[in-house]
Parts: sequence; structure tokens; C-alpha cells
Amino acid sequence: MTQTGPFRLPRGGRLIDRAYQLPFRFDGRQMRGVAGDTLASALLANGQLMMGRSFKYHRPRGPIASGAEEPNALLGLGQGGRFEPNQRATTTPLVGGMATTSQNCWPSLNADIGAINNWMYRFFPAGFYYKTFMHPRPFWKHVFEPIIRRSAGLGKAPTEADPDKYEQAYAHVDVVVVGGGIAGLTAARDAGREGKSVWLVEQTPHFGGRTPTDHAEGQARVDALLAELRGMANVTLRRSTQATGLYDHGYLLVRESLADHDPNAGIPRQRLWRLRAGHVIVATGALERPLSFAGNDVPGVILASAVRDYIDNYGVAPGRRIVVVTNNDDAYRTALVALDAGLEVAVVIDARSTAEGALPAAVRARGVRVLTGCAVAGIKGGQAVEAVKICAHSGSGQVTETVDADCVAMSGGWSPVVHLWSHCGGKLNWSDAQSMFAPDPNRPPTGADGKAMASCVGAAAGDLLVSELTGAQAEAATMPVWVMPAHATRKMKFKMWLDFQNDVKVSDVELAAQEGYHSVEHTKRYTTLGMATDQGKVSNINGLAVLSNALNQPIPATGTTTFRPPYTPLTLGTIAGEARGEIFQPLRKTPMHGWHEAQGAFFEPVGHWRRPYCYPKGGESHGDAVAREIRAVRASVGTLDASTLGKIIVKGPDAGKFLDMMYTGMMSTLPVGKCRYGLICNENGFLIDDGVAARLSEDTWLVHTTTGGADRMHGHFEDWLQCEWWDWKVWTANVTEQWAQVAVVGPKARVLLERLGGQIDLSPEALPFMGWIEGEIAGIPARVYRISFSGELSFEVAVPANRGLELWEKLHEAGRDLNITPYGTEAMHVMRAEKGFIMIGDETDGTVIPQDLGMSWAISKKKTDYIGKRAQERSFMTDPGRWKLVGLESLDGRVLPDGVYAVDQGVNANGQRKVQGRVTSTYMSPTLDRPIAMGLVRQGPDRMGEVLEFPVAGQESYKARIVDPVFYDKEGSRANG
Amino acid sequence: MLTLTCPYCGVAAEETELQPGGEAHLKRFGPGSSDAEFEAYLFARKNPKGVHFERWRHAYGCGKWFMAARDTATLQVFGTYSAQTPHPTPEIVAAVQAVRPDWQPDWTPATAETPAESLNA
Amino acid sequence: MAEALAKISQVQDWGMIQIRADLARAGDAIAGAAGVALPEQGRITTDGSRSLGWMSPDELLLILPRAETAEALAALQDALATEHALALDVSDMRAVFRIQGARALDVLMKLCPTDLAAMPEDGLRRTRAAQVACGIWREPGGYVLIGFRSVTDYLRGILTGAAAPGTQLSPR
Repeated sequence: MTQTGPFRLPRGGRLIDRAYQLPFRFDGRQMRGVAGDTLASALLANGQLMMGRSFKYHRPRGPIASGAEEPNALLGLGQGGRFEPNQRATTTPLVGGMATTSQNCWPSLNADIGAINNWMYRFFPAGFYYKTFMHPRPFWKHVFEPIIRRSAGLGKAPTEADPDKYEQAYAHVDVVVVGGGIAGLTAARDAGREGKSVWLVEQTPHFGGRTPTDHAEGQARVDALLAELRGMANVTLRRSTQATGLYDHGYLLVRESLADHDPNAGIPRQRLWRLRAGHVIVATGALERPLSFAGNDVPGVILASAVRDYIDNYGVAPGRRIVVVTNNDDAYRTALVALDAGLEVAVVIDARSTAEGALPAAVRARGVRVLTGCAVAGIKGGQAVEAVKICAHSGSGQVTETVDADCVAMSGGWSPVVHLWSHCGGKLNWSDAQSMFAPDPNRPPTGADGKAMASCVGAAAGDLLVSELTGAQAEAATMPVWVMPAHATRKMKFKMWLDFQNDVKVSDVELAAQEGYHSVEHTKRYTTLGMATDQGKVSNINGLAVLSNALNQPIPATGTTTFRPPYTPLTLGTIAGEARGEIFQPLRKTPMHGWHEAQGAFFEPVGHWRRPYCYPKGGESHGDAVAREIRAVRASVGTLDASTLGKIIVKGPDAGKFLDMMYTGMMSTLPVGKCRYGLICNENGFLIDDGVAARLSEDTWLVHTTTGGADRMHGHFEDWLQCEWWDWKVWTANVTEQWAQVAVVGPKARVLLERLGGQIDLSPEALPFMGWIEGEIAGIPARVYRISFSGELSFEVAVPANRGLELWEKLHEAGRDLNITPYGTEAMHVMRAEKGFIMIGDETDGTVIPQDLGMSWAISKKKTDYIGKRAQERSFMTDPGRWKLVGLESLDGRVLPDGVYAVDQGVNANGQRKVQGRVTSTYMSPTLDRPIAMGLVRQGPDRMGEVLEFPVAGQESYKARIVDPVFYDKEGSRANG
Repeated sequence: MLTLTCPYCGVAAEETELQPGGEAHLKRFGPGSSDAEFEAYLFARKNPKGVHFERWRHAYGCGKWFMAARDTATLQVFGTYSAQTPHPTPEIVAAVQAVRPDWQPDWTPATAETPAESLNA
Repeated sequence: MAEALAKISQVQDWGMIQIRADLARAGDAIAGAAGVALPEQGRITTDGSRSLGWMSPDELLLILPRAETAEALAALQDALATEHALALDVSDMRAVFRIQGARALDVLMKLCPTDLAAMPEDGLRRTRAAQVACGIWREPGGYVLIGFRSVTDYLRGILTGAAAPGTQLSPR
């Protein structure tokens, strides 16, 4: 036998394999564990009882549990990008070479300066955050906040990107059993025998739960069930898989650990299953509660069940001389397991007046003293238990005896794990007999069919012994013990921990009650009870029982706080799944995207599209590139990749009538072969999209939307067609991506296109402004729209997407001597602003109607109805005081900042300066060589020539004159080339 | 994370495949309507705790809008049905009342003289 | 090195025609012009190199060799001349991927919130793959997934990622 630590027992440990030793480091010290250890069991085996410090008082802390409920033994794990704080030592499997560090202590775990808080506990009572930091006011900014920020949070956040991979997967399953203990295994077997598809998920790496440790022949019972389950093709068993939350309609989130802490495995670290369960069987067992006695947080005071887990599962002695303190029969099992392992059981302290069941009898028969009607008065020791002071439970703590011990195994009874049941609305009943909340099978969480979507079995259902499956004999009742001893002094209550991680004590909850916090939800937030990383798994019931006593009301009247997912914390990487790096989100690319990239384009996101913002050359700044592109377009010819513009086909005998309802203008009268600019509003009257519609044939239109608007507008059309005018004969199709579209813009645009050759007549006679024509350019089938968003002669050429790059390259080849210049979205924006054209999202923000923008010309007066018409008749919309579109001319040559407000005389009710307008678009115009801007100003068009003031913090106020928004080529002659 | 069955394609779609569309069976008021009528059409929503009728679009699917009758508190789904009907169908009303006997429609259900419009009829 | 769960490959030579019509009225005309039987709700029919997929109660998708697209489109438009119907060449707006191999279903289970195992043998399911819309049907040895052209790189990224070696979904 190999020695792997002074507290490793010479034999036993059903989950470990002593043949495989695993070295690891804790705070830089080399230690050894064995295969099958958890970090907690390995540390305990090495005699490292103290594993961290509490949050508020920096109290020394060892583990109190052996599973997911552990509030104390939280470690920093790994290094660099793989560093992860707050990992529970009790559930983290030991991996060879692991590097672990203690948290919340400085300079070291043993000598922590923050522990000074511990001596000042009287100054950190419940709600101290709210009480202390209020006054004097300057102290908040200069004293309290800096200190709180430095000490806030448990553990340190990692600073590097996580190099591990994560993934998600979906599955649809008839029955999901959560919990691989004897009740869960049995439920899975029963469902499996019925031929249903069954998943059984178990949070630990082992099936069986408590049964092998707690019940005679337990392992054999578990093995028999597993053998049958493994033979069922319709049953899937997953270990190291944690159900974290149950949501609507059987949606169950489950995290499967695949390569946790093993970066060499080369596979995703974790997988998040998004299950749809026909039915969820909650077989999550129960958790033991601590007892509230003075000093119950000293390292070495451990839950009785955890003590026997460390001995039986890992062959580790949490102490050599153990005192058991209990209010129930179950804890006597710990005494028996400890005795069997050759450890000393100094005494069993039982708060009950009698203890006559089979388990107490068995312990007495081994010669162990059992003190009934007794309690723990206090613990001697700071960083470890040295002795236990004993008193009568009915008294106020008069010490009758002191017993030397290095470990206290405590049990305050058990609470069913009802989280999943409660997440989606399952209700609980209080059981006086067992002092616990248990699921009420008559008030389950319901699914889509209105029937129970979950049910509980075994200990989770309140059947703590599961005698039918485990063969356990009946046990005597648990005595409710919420404070020990019953009449403990105030001083003792200052040392009785409820929430170990957040340092919430019995005295804090009583103070909260005294200060008027009667709702359990309020008390939780005031004291931070149950708000630590363990979310109150061990503290909640004790806390609300103390609150109930303080309020002098029964426990059910107090109720529980809300159980919210996740049951245990989920790594953010798991929630993100595959969505990171290149596939963080879908990036939409046009057929010419690769060309833009090769030219060094600087891209900007427009919806999910990536569009070239500009094409900087050499060391050119973006601003310089934009100016160069604009000058080239206005002087000769440029190309814009307009493929992202939405394209929707609208066809049918009622298509014209339908479009007249969608647009503010008249589309039904558009002649075939012509284009018309149109505005789309929502039913609130607000402008939501714009674009050019072309009539392709008698019954077919092609409408263009904004880049971001294609899917939205197609959905908008379909909504009205399907839900309002379903008898109208109209088909729509979103063909945005079928076409690559190139805007060929500038005085040389026609010259260039004609050079490409093809069966198409682009002359002004054949293709006038706002016309379209179909044909062939450079051998590519094309549709050409003569529309302009820049004010220049402009042709938008649409070709099948697969041939878009070919067209683009041919244009650039043929236009070299014309200084053909690709231009990006910013040049497009500036040029349209020079022309006073609006941009959806700049001049509109969801509160702007077309009338605000001087676009009454685009609103049909003849139509009796269109979407938004009625709303535009509302009094607020027709108010002459609305802010309306104007041009703004900077007085001092500075470019107005975007979005700044023009101030008015006087102040509003809040003492703020009144405003009368704001800037919506603002640029340096390379064409005019001066700043231009547009804005919405109260009664703006009536105030031409007035000067507005735009204050900006830290700068001299900007001043601008109200002018016409069309800055360039007012007569519009350039569009004719 | 609801699951609703699209009545148009028969697919049981989960919420991430659907687009919510708010309260169903709103009657549109356009030009000529009173301020009160128009305000109610635009803004007044029932938001009940209990039986409710909603619009959903099978956006990541057949693209059709459909109606769902469900209980907003228990999330029980009484049924999904065509969007081309001005009121919940008699079948849906029956399905609701089978579970909520006290629930009564707040519209005048279709009679033989005024049949409910339906494309699927 | 373990093998990928499935072979992911892009198909470039398919043509596609979107058809919108009242299928009860025009179904036979469409099937005749397309040369493929009309599919039932949620199904896809195949005849030789052509398939006809049911996309919605009033929408079909004809999949065929790209070279036959123009002719087929003309035939459909001719057959539907007297109907209120729409037939469009949408070949260029799609991205098509094949997911081939014994664990192809694992790959799709990581991306789609859909019970694809329960999909009928000749089923066509429109759903989403991670964050984008897609359509899925079976072919011998695996599945076909179609999505939109602009997100081709994204689709390739999520599919190859989900097929990474050693990431099969069976319990370990």
C-alpha cells in the first residue's frame, strides 16, 4: 500500500483506485491524491482541512459537505486562460498535475489580513451595506466604493480568453430521470420496461447515490439495476451530467462534463444539452442540513453524511476523534462507519430526549456514549476543531462537559432537493413529522397538455429512507432544532452560521426580522442569506425557520424563497456553445466580399451583413479614403456593392392594391418599365423603411428595401397578407440573395457600362431616369435600374449572384483609365447627405413620420387608406410644433457632432435646459469642402436662416444656421449625366 | 421555451423557431375611425392571467402566421389554429371550455347565419 | 486522430426553383411540369435527378441539375400561365451542404432544435441551424442541408465544428 497522505485510511474507499497516484498542487505545495479522489478528498487526505476563507469575515473554512451543496471549499483552478474561480473542491474530480489555489485571502490562507473583519463582526450586521455606506456622502466615492470594488466578489475572474471548446446539443426524450441514485435507477428501469426513450442523468461520476454507503447490500441493489438498464437499447445513461434547470414545456437544460480539467483530451470540455422531455422524473435525493450551534463553521465541523462519504467513498478520515451531534437517527450511521474504519467516536450528542431506534442501539452496542437531550454549547478551536463543549439542549448553554475531538459530524435533518420541481412552478408542502418541505404531488409543474410535466421519486419526494428500495428500517422522527441549545444567548447566536459562504448568522436573520423584514424574499436580500454561489442549498431551510421563530409564525407561513435555475453554476463558455470566434454570429457576405477583402476594405456591420465602409489605400486614413472615393465618383465613376439591398417580388392580380396599402405613395399606377421611390410606415404612422419599387410586368413588382430591412419588410408584407387581407391574390418572395447588385455611379457611368458591350440600350431615350431595362451586359443577364442615391448619373445593375464578381471585375478592368473607384457605405452616406436624401436609422428613429421629413410628396393624397395613414391623422402627428427636417450649416467651420441637441430658452421641470432640435446626419463634405448636416428642428422649415446653439460638454458651443437640406446640385441636373 | 404545433405544416416547433406577434384577432381600425377606436386598436391589449389568444409566426419554418390559444399562467396550450379567422374557432372554444368550464368568449360566437370565415373551410 | 463525425461537403451544381401557388388547384400542373410527383405536407419527393420539396401550404421547391433550370422554369411558368402563381429561379441564393456518414445525425443534433431522428424517411424539415434558417432532408448515407448563400461560410463553420473528431453524442 502506498501512502498518499497522513489522513488516508489504510483501507476502504469504494470510489478510489490506490494504484494510480496523482500529484497536484495547492497554493504551490506539492500533494498527492489517488485516482477517484475529488479535490476535497485529496486535500483532506493530505491533512489540508482548511480550504478557503469566508466572504465577509474571512473566517477560516474547511469543507462541510461532500457534494454540489458545498459552500466553503471553493478553489481557483487551473492557470492562464483555463483559470476558473469558485470551483467546488467537493465535486471536482482530481486530475494529475492540477494546480489549485485558495481564494479570498491575502497574503496567505493561514495568515489572512482580511480576517480582521472577523473581530469586527458587531460592525457588520445584516444590511450593513445599506446602513454603513450612506453617510457622509463624499465617503461613498472616495472611501467605500474603492474598498468594496477591491474586495468584491469571491475569487478572481480569469483575465485571458478560455482556450477550451464547448458545444450544445438537442435531444427529444420521452422520460428524463434526473439523479442516478436507487430511486432514479428504479424509475428509469420502469420507464425503460415500458419501451419509452429514457435518459438518466447523474451529476457525479458514479451511479448509486447514497445507497451503497448508507444501506446494507446497497451496492448489490445498484449493480443489479444498472445491469438491467445497460441492457436496454432505449435507455441512455449519462454520468457527470448535471440537470441545471427545468423550464416551460419540458425544456430541460443539462450540462455534460466531457473533458473537464483535462485540456489534453482534445474534445469539448462541456456540452450543454437542451432537452425536450415528455416527462421529467426528479430523483435528486435530499441534502443534509447543518445544526446552528456556536462555532458550527470551524474547520472540522462537517455534515454527518459527508463525514461518512469521505470515509467510505474515499478512504479518508476527516478526523481521528469524532463527535456526532444530531436531531435524528440517520447521523448514527456516521458513527458506525467511523467505528468500522477504526476511528474513534468520542460521543454522540442527540438533542432529542430519547434515542431508542435500531441505529442508536447499534452505536451504543459498540460502546459509544450517547448523550440525549444534549446540545453543543460551543467549539474550541480556530483553524481546526480542538474540543466540543456540551450543554443541555433545553437550556441556554451552561457547559456541562468538554470533550476533545478533531471532527464534529453534525446533522440537522434532511431536505428533499426540490429545485427542478420548483423551477417551473411545482408547489411544496411542509411536513411537521420530518421538518422539511416536500413536493406536493397535487400541485405539479404543468406542461403544454395541462398535466404534470414532472414528478418526484425517492428522497426528493420526501421518502427519505426509500425503504421499499433500500430495505432500510423505519427511523424515529427528526426533532426540529433550529437553534442549539434551544435558549441560546445572543452572544452564542453571533457565532451560529446559517449561510457559511456569505457569513450570515442566526443573529443577522433575527435582526432583519426585528427591523421589519417579514418577507422571506426581503430577508434574503437584506442579509444575503442564500445569495452565495451555493444559492442557499444548506442554509435556506435553517434560515427561514429562524425567521419564522423570530416572527412567531409557523414555517409554512414564511414559505421558501424562489428556486431559480441553474442548480449549480454554468460556465459561460457552455452557454455560448459553438458561438465564438469566426462563428460567434452569422456574418452575411455578398458575392463580391472576397474582392473587397483582397482590396483591404474596412468593413462595417449592417445587420448581419459586412459591408465595405471604405477602401483605404496605402497609409490613408478612413476619412481620407472616403473623401477620395467621393471625389472620384463625382468626377468620373465609382462602384458600390449594393447586393445587400432587400429585393422582394410581389406578384398577383391584387399586387398593386396591396402595395398601395404598404406604401404611403401610389404603386399601382406605376407603369411597367418604371421605378418609384416609396416609404413604408407601420400602423403607428412611423417611417420604418424606404426603397425603390420597379414594376416588372402587369402583375409583378420588385421592391427594394434597406439592407437591414429585407427580412423585416418581407415579414411585414406576409403578416398583412396572411392575417388581414387573406383573400387578396398576392404572392411574395424574398429574392434578396438571388441577385448581386452593383451601383455604377458618376458622370462616366454610361460610358463605362457601354464599354462592356451587350444586348442592352442604356441611352437616355431607352433608359430614362427612374426607368429599368432588362438585357445582357458583358454576356451576363442583367436588369438595370436607373436610380440614384448620390445625385449622379447612376445605374444599378442586378445580375444573378453567381456572376456578381465577374461583373464587378469586368467593370474595374474596363474602367481603369476612367479612374474607376470602388466606394463604401460612408461615401454613399456622405453623398446622399449632400443631396439631402434621408437615411432610415439616421433621420428616423421609430418616432418620425414622413411628414416630419418634408416627404409629403411621397404620400398619396388620393388614397383612402394605407398602413399608418390613420395614425398620421392623430393630433400629435399633425401638431405644427413637431420637429422637422432641415439642413444645418455650421457657422465656424467645425463639423457638428452627431446627435447633439439644439437648446431653447428656459428649463424644464427637472431643471434641464429645454431643447428644440437635434442633429441626425453630419459630415465633412469633400464635394463642397465644408461641413454639412441635417437635423430635426421644431417648425424647422419655417425658420430658415435662424441660428441654433448646440452646447457640448467641454467645448465651445456649436452654432449652426437653418438652411435647405439639399446642399448640392439643387436642380438635380447631374443625375442626367 | 414553449413548444407550439404549427397548424399549417404540422411541425411541433420550439419557441426559438417562432416569432411572437402579440394578441390575436385585433380588428383593424383605419381612416374614418374614431380616436377611441383607433387608440384601442393600437394600444389596448388584454394581457390576461389565464386563457389568451396569440399570434405566432413559424419564422424558422413554413413562414406562416398562426394563432395559439393558451393559458398564460399554466402555459397549457388548448390548441393552435388558422390565422385566417376573425375569432377562435368553435373547436378551440370547446377545447378551452373542456379545461376551463367557467371561461366564456368575449365575442359573439359564429352562428349558422354568420359563418366564421376560414380558408380551411 | 479520430475521424470527423461526418463528411461535410458543399454542393455547387444544383438548380432550384421556388413555386408559390394554390397547391390544391395547381398541384397537378406543377407536378407535370416539374416531372416529379407532388409531395405531401412536410415531405420531399424524388424522381431521378429531380426532387420536389413541400415548403409551406402554398410553396414548393424544385431541386434539379443546374443546367436544366431555365428550361424547367419556362415549363412551369407555361403550365401555370392561367393560375395565380409564382415561379422563380432561386438557384443562386442558396448554399447546399451534404452531411455524410454514420454520425451525420449527431452533427445536426448539435445545431437544430428539432427531432430529426423522428423525421419521416422522406421528410423535409425547415428549422434553424444554430443562428440561421435552413431546410433538411435525407439522402442515402446522410442528410442535405440548404441555407442562404450569404451565410455559406457560417454554415460550413458550424457544420465542420459540430463534426469535430471525438465529439460523438453517445455516452462515454
